[in-house]
Amino acid sequence: MTIDHTYGVPTVAFHTHTFERVVRSVVEVSGMPHMRQVFVPMPVMGKTPQQLRAYIDGNDPITGRPVMQEVIEGLTRPFGAEELKEVTFERSTPRLVEPDTEENLHRLFHDNLWTDQLPIILPTEERVAAMLAHTSHKPDEVVGHMRATVFREYWEYTVEKVAVNAVMAGARPEYFPVILALAATGASARGSTSSSAAAMVVVNGPVRHELSMNAGIGAMGPHNHANATIGRAYGLLSQNLQGGAVPGLTYMGSQGNNYAYNNVTFAENEERSPWEPFHVQHGFKPTDSAVSVFTGCRSTAFTLGLREKHWCEHIRHMLRGMDPHNPPTLVLDPLTAQEFIDRGGFTSKEPLIDWLYDNARMAASEYWDYQLIQNYIYPRATFGEEPWASKLKALPEELIPMFRREDIHVVVVGGETNPYWRIMGCNYQRTISVDAWR
Amino acid sequence: MARDDKITVLNPMGYPPKVTHKPLAPRLETLDGKTVYLVDCRFDDAEVFLKQVQAWFAEHMPSVRTILKPISNVYTKDDPVTWSEIKANGDAAIIGVGH
Repeated sequence: MTIDHTYGVPTVAFHTHTFERVVRSVVEVSGMPHMRQVFVPMPVMGKTPQQLRAYIDGNDPITGRPVMQEVIEGLTRPFGAEELKEVTFERSTPRLVEPDTEENLHRLFHDNLWTDQLPIILPTEERVAAMLAHTSHKPDEVVGHMRATVFREYWEYTVEKVAVNAVMAGARPEYFPVILALAATGASARGSTSSSAAAMVVVNGPVRHELSMNAGIGAMGPHNHANATIGRAYGLLSQNLQGGAVPGLTYMGSQGNNYAYNNVTFAENEERSPWEPFHVQHGFKPTDSAVSVFTGCRSTAFTLGLREKHWCEHIRHMLRGMDPHNPPTLVLDPLTAQEFIDRGGFTSKEPLIDWLYDNARMAASEYWDYQLIQNYIYPRATFGEEPWASKLKALPEELIPMFRREDIHVVVVGGETNPYWRIMGCNYQRTISVDAWR
Repeated sequence: MARDDKITVLNPMGYPPKVTHKPLAPRLETLDGKTVYLVDCRFDDAEVFLKQVQAWFAEHMPSVRTILKPISNVYTKDDPVTWSEIKANGDAAIIGVGH
């Protein structure tokens, strides 16, 4: 879009037909509703040159017109009077919904896709006021901005808007500072990626006990009210405050993601962990309360314990099974954390992360052939960005690191019923103070 | 509260930004003798697709000069270097393949 509008170069863009609604919506909210678009069938990826040539020789699946005729016309047909008309317009969101019966309002929230398809608590003024009473911040204070993808526009939201979504999720008012901190991350738990990502939330510090959060048996769900509803609130506020998560329009996750119902929200088991709490690793004091957000949660590997003879091989195979574009966060029961000390001598998280970095390797040729590496890493490598530019110099058979060291993390959670543990493929975003939102 | 009583609730949606009109470049009168950049957004085998677009021009509109040009970085980042090059040396652009 930039090249056409800013640089004055007549441009046509190709898209796959599955994304027609998304494309039309993005150009409209970008102020360029008449941007010239041509559609070809999905998928392009993996097709032979002959199959792609058939796309080009064929018809646009949306309009039914010849693809290349549309391309030529897109570059040469002048804009009509209607297309040249100004499209500037204000958009606003009313504070209140038109009064109605509870039954009708529940239906309205469902029909407007304001829910996650589970029953919600209607956000009456009384309930929202009760939520607002648990922060010192004013209702009209702007908390942040969020968007569904990098191509969509940022939406803005206030403390009151976050409270509305917290009520809907069934959160108790005392949870509100944690939910505000999640909103303040600006990281969406309803990203519109076709890869169907969810988020993961780790809570640290005294607030875990104040809210009776669970870091022990069943912490990752569904066995604790605070864990369940704080994570659900994060999902609801993401979809509503970013302008929606409407399948086919503002949500394009091909398969969807069950983790998204409450975004894998739990408290770290600081008391039983042998290591430094996660928020302390990121600059907070142990007495601070903070919440950390990870996005891109899709894949999970798991096993039981660390066997004496082959634990190294077992972990290497688990890491090797991850997509190299989705770095590992180890989610360890306290018993497993102790086994990592007993087997490997990892007296803190840092040497364990070093070991994981050194042992997660694959042949360079195989690494660069991953589709997500081709889409997102290879261009950065060719642009000279490290460490990928150096990896690009490796011989095809050379074993290169799958991940950047700084993208590997470790958290401890669980009730010590057995040393089960798992690897979550996800991207750490940031850690935000909960205390700042009290 | 009776079943038919009406209640007031708050709207959960955030605040969208104002939409501002952005004019597009005037179209060309013809492509004959023009240079058209085929911009590879480096996503999901776009290059393979655009090579076929290039072949189509060679067969059907040989007077059009096409240049296959990959963007400098990931498609999620703006690329002023490439846009400036196309502005300086080209007449039009075809970008593909987005989602």
